[in-house]
Formats: sequence, C-alpha cells, structure tokens
Amino acid sequence: MAVSVPVRRLRLVLPGRKSVVARVARRPAGLFGLVVVIGLGLAAVFAPLVAPYDPAAQDIANRLQGPSQSHLLGTDHVGRDLLSRIIFGARVELGVAVPAVSAALVLGLLLGVTAGYLGGRVDNVLIVVMDSIQAFPAVVLALTVLALLGPSLRNVLLVIALTFSPQYARVARASVLALKQNPFIEGARTLGAGSLRVVTVHVLPNIVAPLFILLAMNIPSAIAVEAGLSFLGVGVQPPTPSWGVILAEGFERVRDAPWPVLSTGLALILTTLGFTLLGETLRDAIDPRMRSVRAVQRPRV
Amino acid sequence: MAGYLLKRLTMTLVVVVVVMVFLSVLVHLVPGEPASIILGPRASESLIAIVREEMKLDEPIHVQVWDFVTGALQGDLGRDFLSRAPVSELILDALPHTIVLAVVAMAVATLVGIPLGVYAATRPNTIIDRVTAVISVSFITMPYYIAGLFLLLLFSLHWNLFPAVGAGSFSDPVDYLRHLVLPAAALALTWIGYIARLVRTSMLEVMGANYIRTARAFGLRERVVFYKYALKNAIIPTVAVVSVGLGELMGGAVFVEVIFTRPGLGSLAVEAIVARNFPVLQGTVLVIALVYVFANLVADLSYRLLDPRIRVEEVAAA
Repeated sequence: MAVSVPVRRLRLVLPGRKSVVARVARRPAGLFGLVVVIGLGLAAVFAPLVAPYDPAAQDIANRLQGPSQSHLLGTDHVGRDLLSRIIFGARVELGVAVPAVSAALVLGLLLGVTAGYLGGRVDNVLIVVMDSIQAFPAVVLALTVLALLGPSLRNVLLVIALTFSPQYARVARASVLALKQNPFIEGARTLGAGSLRVVTVHVLPNIVAPLFILLAMNIPSAIAVEAGLSFLGVGVQPPTPSWGVILAEGFERVRDAPWPVLSTGLALILTTLGFTLLGETLRDAIDPRMRSVRAVQRPRV
Repeated sequence: MAGYLLKRLTMTLVVVVVVMVFLSVLVHLVPGEPASIILGPRASESLIAIVREEMKLDEPIHVQVWDFVTGALQGDLGRDFLSRAPVSELILDALPHTIVLAVVAMAVATLVGIPLGVYAATRPNTIIDRVTAVISVSFITMPYYIAGLFLLLLFSLHWNLFPAVGAGSFSDPVDYLRHLVLPAAALALTWIGYIARLVRTSMLEVMGANYIRTARAFGLRERVVFYKYALKNAIIPTVAVVSVGLGELMGGAVFVEVIFTRPGLGSLAVEAIVARNFPVLQGTVLVIALVYVFANLVADLSYRLLDPRIRVEEVAAA
C-alpha cells in the first residue's frame, strides 16, 4: 500500500498537469490540426468580417480571373470572389458536418446501448439493421436516399447522420457489453436500481469517451461526404457556397480556368487533414489505449 | 470455424434480403406520392402511368416487395423507364469497367503501400519514417474526388499525358490502359497511405513479439528476421483491408467515373438520378451493395483463415 500511493500520485502529477490542449499542441501534427481547425472555426464564425467581398456579388467583366491582388484566389464563372466564397463555404461545411455527426452519435448511442444492454432478440434485430445500413458504401446510400428526398442542406444532414450512426452504435454496444460484466453494475441492480437508472447513471458516463473521439475523427469524413454529394449535384444547391458546389461549378469550366477547383480542393485537403491530425493527437493525449477506435474508422470518400 | 462460417453466411444472407426489401420500399418511406417522387414535379401524365404500371405502385406494398426480391434473385431488375432496356443488361455492360478500375487501383495501392510501410518500419522514428507518415496521412484524408480532379488538372489538362474522358475499349488494351491510369491512381492514393500505415504499425507490433526475440537470439540475420519471420504475420491485417477496400472503392468509383466520364456502375447510378430513372438506380445500387457485402465477407473469412490465433482466442472465450 505504502508503495502504490506515491506511484499513483506521481502519475497524476507528471503528464496530468498539462492540459489536454497543451499536450496536443506540443506535437507538430497536433499543432497543425489545432491551427487549421481554429482557423476554420474563426473563418466560419466571422465570415462577414473576414471575407473581402460579398460571396454572392457578381462581376461578370472580371469572371474566371486567376489570383491577383484584388482577388487573392481569383474569381468564378460569374465573377464572384473565390476566397470569399470559400470562407463563407466554411460555414456550410461546419454547419452540416458538426450537427450531422452529433446526431449520428445520439442515434448510434441510443441504438447501441439498447442493443447491448437488453441483449437477446432486440440485440439481434438491431445488429441486422446496423449491418444493413453498412451494407452500402456511405456515399452510395446517401446518393440513393437523397435522390428521393430531394437535394437540400437539411436532407444532406439527415442522410449523413443516418449513414454514420452504425459506427457509434457498434462502439457503444461493445462498450456496454464489456461494462455489463462489472460487479458495480450488478451491485446497482441488487440495490434496486431500474434499467433506466443503471444506464443513465452507471453505463453512459463510462462509455462516452470513445464515442466523442470517434466524433472528432468523423467530422472530416462528414465534410468530405457533404462536399462530395454537393459536387455530384444531390447535396447543397447553388448559390449556397458549399465547397462541393464551388467544385462542381469549377469542374464544368475546368478547361478554361483551373483556379476554382484548385483553391477549393486545397481548402478541402487542408481541412480534412487538419481535423484528422487533431483527432488523432487528441485521442492519444486523452487515452492512448483508444487506438482501436481508428480500426473502426475507414476512409469513406 | 464451421460454426462461425454458418453464422456469418446466414447473417450475410439476412442482410442481403433486408437490403433488397429496403430498396423496394424506399419510394414508400419518403413522404409523398411515389410516382411523382420518382419522376419529379414536372412529369407528364403518360410517364407517370408507365411508372405506376412498371413498378406496380398500385399493388399492395408486400406484393411489390415480393416481386422485386424474387425478380432480383432471378436477375430481373426491371426495365429502364426511358429506353425500355432491361436494367440487368445496362448493369452487365457497366460492371466490368468498375471492377477493373477497383481491382487495378487496389493492386497499385498494395504494390506501393506494402513496401512503403515496410521501409518505414525498418527505420522507425527517422526522417524517412516521419516523411512517410505525413504522406500517408495526407493521402488517407484526401477525398477521392479531390485526388481525381487534381490528377485530371495536372496530367491530362496541363501536361496532356493521359486522356481526360472515357474508358477506351477492351479491344484496344493499350488505349484502355491509358484511360485507366488516372482514375485508378485517384482511387489508389488513399489506400496507398492506409496500407503503408497499417503495415508499418503491424510490423512494429510484430517486431516486439517473443518469437522475433527468440529468432534474434538464435543469431539469425536481421534481414531474415524481418522479411521471413515478421512480415508474414504483419501482412495479415492488410489482406483483410484490401478486400474491404475493394468494396469501399465501389463508392469511390462514383466520383472518379463522373470526373473522368467513364462508363461504370457509379456513373450509371448518377445518370439515373439526374434522369430520374429509378429502376436503373435501384438495380445499380443493389449490385454495388452486393459487391460491398461480399467483399466484407471475404475480408472477414480470409482474416480468420490466415490467422489461426483468432480462432483459438474465440474457442478459449467460448
């Protein structure tokens, strides 16, 4: 006993003293991710202040221009400033991706905890439902459902939430199954706690950490899916400056002017890379044992 | 293994049936009148009549589901609303192009990814390792359509090295190959990064195993230990990933086929959406899902077949 106490205290003092953010920022990958994500967030929030032009203002005389001093990233086919459209596009990207994966988390958590906790027939049915959702490449399922629902920002959000939820359900279910074996769950039940109380008080707090890490890792995938669907024309519709919309409009005229595709493509690469690196360093900083979360995560788009 | 195989196959079958049922009731899940959801608000009366007749929309839902599922099992996926051609024929024409694209992309990814991962693992924490890691992550996070668009811009429009449009024909293999280079590269990039990273991680994990220490203690040369002892085990997860990846590429193919105007399942699905040609979309998506489910099944089974330890663990757990 006398030995174990100082050892434990030592562990608390050494890596624990620094905040998670400080630990993430100490690594180059984490710092890069942090800068990109904070930069993107600021651009999205303060878009009207940061953007040099109105993203919808047309200037036909100066259409399809390359980068210049007045238009840092050039202009599109109706002379709108590309930098301003990309900055306002950050609002669309984050505005779809963050709520969509959050909804996927809530939905998956509900399904996963129900399946894992109740077990038996309910579990079997829910597994079949999740497996069936995952029987399609995410983009293909999203395309099919959107073809019928009709293209709109709200529908894209719904479809992403639906296609991403099984990942959360799986992680939640596995955690609940492992947790159920613990004596403290049995203890709570013996003391007369009902299922709802056991789940909310004893189960949920113990399984949410990996789910939030999965959430951080899923945001770049959701951005890529949204932009991809909008690129194909079934997602966010013009003139809303989703990055996918800018890419699609640029692709139509790519032989005349590569700038719209190049600049928006680079914005997407930086964003997905930044979010992924931040997610991974965050995971390692919080709990290195959660490396297995990555195993669930595959490239999706 | 036999018990597991039976369970896994049953599950796959159940999922396939659920997928078919899902695709056949999809129009009814969306609020609104099915025929006008399919055709859009500006459809003509005569076309609506054809659709109602063709998809048996006036019949009870369970009859529609039964007809679709039994039809699909016999290879009958309905007819194209516009050209009246059987959907199965359209799919059979498109499928080979997508399969070739996916297989070539994955082959390239494996041939580049594995050596890259091994190379990085032999020099952990050196500059080379770090650079490989950065390249891997950048490739992994790059969406297929960005890779496709950039490759198109660079190698086809800027340098004019490869064609930008079409797939060529199978009768002229060299020309077909030239059309294949950029689309396959666009799909391969992500998986090069993914495989390199996976191989590096499992290689380093295996190098810490007891049998490697024993092999070294016996005085075997490092090269032998590395390539003959470690790589064999480290490669197992890659086999499963390659198979899963082939299914995953069915999704990526949608973008790449649209960008390079290639025939294939992906462009067929997107054209069907634009033309509101629902039977074609339904059939194409079903085939994509079947390929995807099958690829995942193969991945799962090959993993178990190649790594007896998984089976032993399962028996111990049971």
